[in-house]
Amino acid sequence: MQRRRSSKTPKQPLSIPNKSQTDLSAWRKGGKIDPEKSVQNNQSADDQKCESQEGSLEQALSYFQKAQDSVAPKKKSVEQEHLDAVESTALEQGLPPEGFEILLKVVLSGTFADTVNTRLLKSLIPASVIPENSVVTAVSWLCVGKCSSNIQLLFLKWLITMFDFIDHKEQLNALYGFFFSFLQDEKLCPYVCHVLYLLTRKENVRPFRIRTLLDLQAKMGMQSHLQALLSLYKLFCPEQVTITLPGRMKTYFKNSEGPWKAAITAVRQRNQGSSPLSQAVFLGTSQPQSRKRKWNAQLVIPASSASTKHLDEDREKSCFYLCSPNESFPVEQLQTFPQLLQNIHRLEFPSQMGSVLTNPLLLHYMNCVKDESIYLRLYYWMGQRLQEECPWCVVDNPYEEEFRSFLETVYKAECFLQEGFSACEEFLYKTLPLWDGICCRSEFLRLVSWIPLSSFSDIKPYLFDPLAQLFFTSSIYFKCSVLESLKELLQNWLIRSVIQMDLEISSVNTTLSGLVNTVAELVHFVGWISTVAMRLENNSTFLLYFILDFYGTVCDIYLKYNLPLLIMPPAGVFYPALLSMDSVNLNQLCYIMYRYRANLVAAKENELSKKKILQFKFSNRTYQEYNQYIIAMVGCLWTSSAFQKDTHPQGLCMDDKLLSKSAVKEVKSSFNIVYHPAMMGYSVKFLQQICPGDTALNFKLIKGKKWDWYLEYLYSRGLRGLKAFIESSISRVSQAARSKAGNADV
Amino acid sequence: MAEGRAPRAGADGKKFERRRRAAAAMAEEAPEDGAVRTLPSLRRLSRALPFGRSHGRLTVPALCSQEKADPQKTAFVLRKAWTLYSVTPLYGFRRARLRDYARLLGAFIAAEKQKGLAVEVGVELDIKVALSSLADIRGSELDQAALLVQLSSRSRSSSRNSEDKPVWLGWFCSVFGDELSESVPEHFTCLPLFLSHGAESYTALVGSWFQKTFDCCFRRLAISPLNLSWMVAMWAGCKLDRAASAVELVFSVPRLAQPLDISYAIHPEDAKALWDTVQKTPGEITHEEVDVFMDCLYAHFHRHFKIHLSAAKLVKISTAIASAQCDGIVKVRPLGAGCSNAGQIKQLYLKVSWFFCMISYKELLNPQF
Repeated sequence: MQRRRSSKTPKQPLSIPNKSQTDLSAWRKGGKIDPEKSVQNNQSADDQKCESQEGSLEQALSYFQKAQDSVAPKKKSVEQEHLDAVESTALEQGLPPEGFEILLKVVLSGTFADTVNTRLLKSLIPASVIPENSVVTAVSWLCVGKCSSNIQLLFLKWLITMFDFIDHKEQLNALYGFFFSFLQDEKLCPYVCHVLYLLTRKENVRPFRIRTLLDLQAKMGMQSHLQALLSLYKLFCPEQVTITLPGRMKTYFKNSEGPWKAAITAVRQRNQGSSPLSQAVFLGTSQPQSRKRKWNAQLVIPASSASTKHLDEDREKSCFYLCSPNESFPVEQLQTFPQLLQNIHRLEFPSQMGSVLTNPLLLHYMNCVKDESIYLRLYYWMGQRLQEECPWCVVDNPYEEEFRSFLETVYKAECFLQEGFSACEEFLYKTLPLWDGICCRSEFLRLVSWIPLSSFSDIKPYLFDPLAQLFFTSSIYFKCSVLESLKELLQNWLIRSVIQMDLEISSVNTTLSGLVNTVAELVHFVGWISTVAMRLENNSTFLLYFILDFYGTVCDIYLKYNLPLLIMPPAGVFYPALLSMDSVNLNQLCYIMYRYRANLVAAKENELSKKKILQFKFSNRTYQEYNQYIIAMVGCLWTSSAFQKDTHPQGLCMDDKLLSKSAVKEVKSSFNIVYHPAMMGYSVKFLQQICPGDTALNFKLIKGKKWDWYLEYLYSRGLRGLKAFIESSISRVSQAARSKAGNADV
Repeated sequence: MAEGRAPRAGADGKKFERRRRAAAAMAEEAPEDGAVRTLPSLRRLSRALPFGRSHGRLTVPALCSQEKADPQKTAFVLRKAWTLYSVTPLYGFRRARLRDYARLLGAFIAAEKQKGLAVEVGVELDIKVALSSLADIRGSELDQAALLVQLSSRSRSSSRNSEDKPVWLGWFCSVFGDELSESVPEHFTCLPLFLSHGAESYTALVGSWFQKTFDCCFRRLAISPLNLSWMVAMWAGCKLDRAASAVELVFSVPRLAQPLDISYAIHPEDAKALWDTVQKTPGEITHEEVDVFMDCLYAHFHRHFKIHLSAAKLVKISTAIASAQCDGIVKVRPLGAGCSNAGQIKQLYLKVSWFFCMISYKELLNPQF
């Protein structure tokens, strides 16, 4: 079952939640990231290649699983093929956690020849972690003794090397006695000693074990591995181990890293290529060895570890290993709810605040704690890291990928907290003027969306001025990304303002007006850059889509966010959208105008009913502007009186004589919902449906009842915005007759 | 609508006040209410810092050298090449615990050196760690006393008298960091400059331990050419009552296939004479003065060699007082026999470390990109 799942995971698209509101489910019991997920992340980067490999690995695994049970003679070639599959996958990506149980079982049950077992064992390289139960199973097979002593030896070496990759060690520790019994084997003894050295806890130290060790030592002479174990026992229970051991040894154990070390490093490095940070944090191994970099010049989010500061509190008791439990409780050790209840008053953050970024539980806790110092600690750390690693501020910094991933992590944490980090804000202001607009583009721009709400004139020189400069000189994709980020920024500000208004205590007046001003400035800024961008990019449909998306938020500010603010899009945006060649944009414009209307009507009603004392009234100019637009729109789309009724100074009112010079027939109706370039496709399709035989396409047929049918047809094609607009803003004289006068009524 | 709602200061309400004004220049607009966190007032600080193009005046603080200084205690500063780091404020550091810290740091180093093997805290280890306060190294009463970390290897010959061999030295200090120290809140200790001497592997170990234990952040402190020229100007003018070594400036010529360094040595008396003609107010240095001083040197060089040094990058300077490299390595010169009075030495290292502290503050709070 498990294998099934693993084979499918890489095919699934990697869905990144828009807001990254990580839920607790990501944090499973034990505070670990789901190993499979992290594997999945890593693999999805080079999906294509992995997929085939994944498949062959799965086949190989199922082959080995079956082979173990069957007694039928095995074909050498098939066996070889599967062996190759396992080897190549292992060396390239490492094996997924669920592969270990099968393969370890195969190796230690002695089903195959030793050469095969050796090769399999050598390729047992984890992609992320090794599940504890697979090791437990392996040890039970080891005890059965079906495999040769060479394989036993190699397995122990493997266990020593991989010890830190095993996800839990509780059950493994329960097997302490079994391991201990292997000490009698002379050949295995040094390696068993090493395993025991890694496993030993205080409760494992027993008098009978000490005696056994001393006997062994008497039998075999002074062996460094035995001494190592004895010295550890003595460390735990000095009163029980009374013999004197020689002073410090240089090396207790021979280097037993075996053939795996290089492969592990290679796999880890390759996997880190796709997500360096999560992997490093996950494995708890912060520093990949291969890199030659100055100390500390590497972007690593510290793994969360309990503070060691209180270790020294009770120095009187000279007890340095154990922190006395009634002082504080590290949050990352929380596993159960009762535990939380018991320790809620003495929870403590990890020693390095930076580690909260990757730990949802800690972020939750951070949200509840009022302590100022935690923010300051994070501020210092993050500020330094951002400065140190920023590729466009530090000369010759080749680690862009790492930085990108760091920014991503920071952004996700901000989304989680629904709040920007001040170190991050500072970083944006400082580095934006130096940014080329390419390096880490999407990550950097996304951080912009969490800049906190503050006076516009304050941030303008740091944020909006340099951003505008880049915006005008960069590609259309950059422009779209900027607009997207600014939309997010606007939304975050609006959400923040809603909450602030709910909570704000004194000085409502100043705060509210300041708020409105700042938001208004942002909207005006976007209006300005949008107008320019439309001209620079030749009224690109793609760009227009992003601009209208922004106004999709702007048009609803009053009703959705309770902020007395309505700003119409500038003519440079409105008219290109109205005359757009693309029905999506036209539809969106219709929707936006419909929402503007709803907001204005609601404001007017509130004003008239005087239920509330309004401090703000929309100026008449807003209504006027809206009316001008609506007249132009209805004139174009509905009443076929384009170029006539438009009263906007920048609108498309044109003299009849001038129009007649253009020699276009039916000028006035050329932008109604039948002839509009964006709607032409629909009207053609519609005509083809109602008169299937007619190839002449007589558009004039669409009138009267057919006009209504046509509308129904349009609505059925998903033009909801158009529907909302027509139903709200156009009062139709009668259903039968086409209305002569569309009426813009506000 | 929420207008007119009664004041409420719930947990949620507080949360939204957490956000601090971050940008240096924005910090002027003071937060309206008291709930706002106390970040160091960046604005104030950045204004006080002398080394930018924008604010170019530096007043050398008067050093209080009246108190008795023990030359032995601080003489270790001299004659060594120090690598500079800037350090963010230490969290939860307590001076009363220095001995415990030394023990833990010793165990940490031992554990790191013999990976995978158990280490007992508190027993005698190969590397002995000592932490001590250096009350002498600070500018004013507001500064934290400097903190010295010494690593020495225990001599194998078990004779009690044999001296431990020092292997590594490092010290944290704060000199005239008044503004920063004042604004750092409780539980934080501000020692923004760290200097290390010895193998980088030890620096890495000690630094990692401090980072882990006190949640601080170390960063190599590079010295910009601008700051190097400030140093030349500042130290060229110092009075020295002995035959001092030459003032030397090393320039590196960028974008060449073969690296080319130009060394420009000036007789110390000439340098001093030049500076004296440039400086208007004793005890105060302005940016214009430094520019004029450097321009004079450049013009002189150009007259003789037809090379515009201003187009090259200043990478190293050495004066009678100290030498400094752009990659953040400094050396305070040993003084001659006639100059070894404690007060003078103290003056010297305080001046030097004050300067680097200033750069470090700037790095920490208002980095110049």
